[in-house]
Amino acid sequence: MIALSDVSVGFDGARALRDVTLSVARGERLGIVGESGSGKSMLGLAMMGMVPDAARIAGEIVLDGTAMSGAPERVWRRARARKVAMIFQEPMAALNPLQRLGETVMEPLLVHQGLGRSAARARTLELFDEVGIPDPEARLRQYPHEISGGQRQRVLIALSLTCDPALLIADEPTTALDAHVALRIIELLVRLADKRRMALVFISHDLAAVARATERIAVMYGGEIVEGGPTPAVLAAPRHPYTRGLLGARPGIGGQTPGRDADGRRKRLPTIPGSVPPLSLLPAGCRFAGRCAVELSHCAAVRPEPYRLPDGRFAACHLLGAGT
Amino acid sequence: MSAILDVRAVSRRYSLPRRSLLRSGPVLTAVDRVSFTLERGRTLGIVGESGSGKSTLARMIMAFEAPDEGEVRFDGRTLHTLPAGELRLLRRSFQMVFQDPWGSLDPRRTVAWSIAEPLRATGADQVGRRVDEALDQVGLRAEDGRKYPHEFSGGQRQRIAIARAIVTRPALLVADEAVSALDVSVQAQILNLLMDLQEELGLAMVFISHDLPVVACLADHVLVMRAGRPVEAGATAGLIAAPRDDYTKSLLAAGGLMP
Amino acid sequence: MNRHLTPNLILGAILVALVVGVAGLSLIWTPHDHALMNIRERFGAPSDVHWLGTDQLGRDIVSQLMVAARNSMTVALIAVLMGGSIGVALGLLASALGGWFEDLIMRVADIGFAFPALLFAIMLSAVFGPSLWVAVLAIAFINIPVFARVTRGAANVIWTRDYVAAARAAGQGRFAISRDHILPNVAAPVIVQATIEFAIAILAEAALSYLGLGAQPPSPSWGRMLSEAQTLMFMAPQLAIYPGLCIMAAVLGFSLLGDALRDLTDPRLTRSRQA
Repeated sequence: MIALSDVSVGFDGARALRDVTLSVARGERLGIVGESGSGKSMLGLAMMGMVPDAARIAGEIVLDGTAMSGAPERVWRRARARKVAMIFQEPMAALNPLQRLGETVMEPLLVHQGLGRSAARARTLELFDEVGIPDPEARLRQYPHEISGGQRQRVLIALSLTCDPALLIADEPTTALDAHVALRIIELLVRLADKRRMALVFISHDLAAVARATERIAVMYGGEIVEGGPTPAVLAAPRHPYTRGLLGARPGIGGQTPGRDADGRRKRLPTIPGSVPPLSLLPAGCRFAGRCAVELSHCAAVRPEPYRLPDGRFAACHLLGAGT
Repeated sequence: MSAILDVRAVSRRYSLPRRSLLRSGPVLTAVDRVSFTLERGRTLGIVGESGSGKSTLARMIMAFEAPDEGEVRFDGRTLHTLPAGELRLLRRSFQMVFQDPWGSLDPRRTVAWSIAEPLRATGADQVGRRVDEALDQVGLRAEDGRKYPHEFSGGQRQRIAIARAIVTRPALLVADEAVSALDVSVQAQILNLLMDLQEELGLAMVFISHDLPVVACLADHVLVMRAGRPVEAGATAGLIAAPRDDYTKSLLAAGGLMP
Repeated sequence: MNRHLTPNLILGAILVALVVGVAGLSLIWTPHDHALMNIRERFGAPSDVHWLGTDQLGRDIVSQLMVAARNSMTVALIAVLMGGSIGVALGLLASALGGWFEDLIMRVADIGFAFPALLFAIMLSAVFGPSLWVAVLAIAFINIPVFARVTRGAANVIWTRDYVAAARAAGQGRFAISRDHILPNVAAPVIVQATIEFAIAILAEAALSYLGLGAQPPSPSWGRMLSEAQTLMFMAPQLAIYPGLCIMAAVLGFSLLGDALRDLTDPRLTRSRQA
């Protein structure tokens, strides 16, 4: 559905994305995991053709068979109206507080799909029903502040479905929600992707959410994909030191049991030392050099190629090339 | 061991704005008869999602608000009946770390100024030396004190906020979602720092979070709250291994990798 | 920081610098004594001696405009400072104490808002006789509720910040928090408001002087120059045009500067932190 090859996004002197290659097929669900500054949101924007004006973008983006690299804004706008949709972290910020929910969702149906008012209304009710909004008739007349955060996110998903997208990009869609509400939203996204044969790109810092929502995963650090492959395999046995560190640092995931050790001291969490350096100070070689627990002498200078591993996995780390 | 914090059947209600002229507005019970005790040097984890009343409970423990019913006893003294002057002096013994590392430091004050604030407010001496010591304890350098908050990352700011909270050598630290806004790798560093400080200083801690796995890694006891009420409480290991309440089970499942 | 140098800011700053500069200069030098009359040279055309000519009493117009600028600036400065400091103090107090006290102060401020400054100036001059000080007091008075409102609104936002809660947890009292945290953080909107109020004060001073409630002869004022020129409108229109242009330049300068400062300090217009 969408394929990126060697896509880079640069601001003066710093690269927010470096040579990102990935593809998502129809009906496939790809997770993009990373911390602040990993470039995951910029990647989402690049897929929407919405990188900031100040940025320079290089590489190939092929959307539904059409090469979009260097395409003018007009072409992207048409794609966004027909093929690609995006939902965000904060549903309240994405809804006009003065507009009834019904009006909000009907607007693109009237403008882009050319439906009449009654047809648009009927379609809106269908969409509300599809995304699991109870009592859709009543919701049409309500305002964003009158419904819960989870319901607002559902309205936004309904809004994104108005263009019948073949690709849905969800940037931290569950971060602002309570855990059990987040679970329901993830279930909904999975169901929609399956039923509509829609490609889903699920961007999140939350490993647990990505684990549930996706089949394949791409782990990002410093603007690069450092590891990728089938979600269960990557999370069960990560090969890149960063992925390992990330999984270890998250309580309740790495397999360690909380509590106290033999001499009564509370068990510490394994950590990744330091913090993500600013883009402009990232090492030229492996982006993770300097924080890596198993760093080799040439890591900071020489850039590791992504090493292919069995069952469609890859990781960009020199250790794998050394035959370990 | 004696209880440093004794919360006895506290309730807090808010009246919501009235919807008609004739009837008074509905009443929201934010916290409904919650009780617990916390021993010196121990950690209680309070877990709940939005609307569970956990932050209101934190505000009552910090004596920002008085309970409508029940009482909060700190070191044997009922907080909301203390005279204002006495309460202000007692505040050096219980401190708080907030959720948002971007909002909990005054942007117009240097780091050292902010850390020294609790010392100045309670008339302590040797302010400069104790600020440097607190910075060192949270893994920052003394020179960092001369900088402003915007020069630091989120994790470093949370270290600064913790330094401010421990500079008076309190007996109790209340942490309300103190690591929720941080990246996973930074979150682990801050959790470890809290464990280090607890052992070093013998702090008692009330650690409040929506994230049960995070709470479990540093709490001795856990209290699960929903809609203002306690739904389950117990020693951490037992509660994690065999949660009795369905709500606790769902909170536990949400943090795990497997559906 | 080129994107901050908007045309508003540049033009505003130039006009303000010009007016303030001329007012300052008049303290040490004017081309002529502004009050010196010379009936033989009345309605003089612009010349090497009198750059903008002379008025109906043969006084040098440039000198009068310069001294009038000084009067205008002095009145506006004192009035805004007086009204501003009282208003800011009341706003901080209302925000810090809250409850019925806040309601009381804000309702009184509402009444102050509704009370016409002109009426107040007339009342004052009835008691003390008309003078520059009547204008100062009247303008200061209308500024109090404006500043009280702006300060209280901004302060209420700051009171909800976590760093204020942290200060309370530290054991700081309400007044110490107001001094240490609230005042520094409301300074930006208050300064913006002060710039805009300065423009309004210049206009108000001109209006009061026009009505004879401000600066008294022989002390010149743009407003009074305008009112005296009114009857001579068809004989010597330039006598009305010069002070009119001065008022316009000063008011426009401070308004533009205030707008530009507001844009600079508006958090919605500064880039939000990259997540």
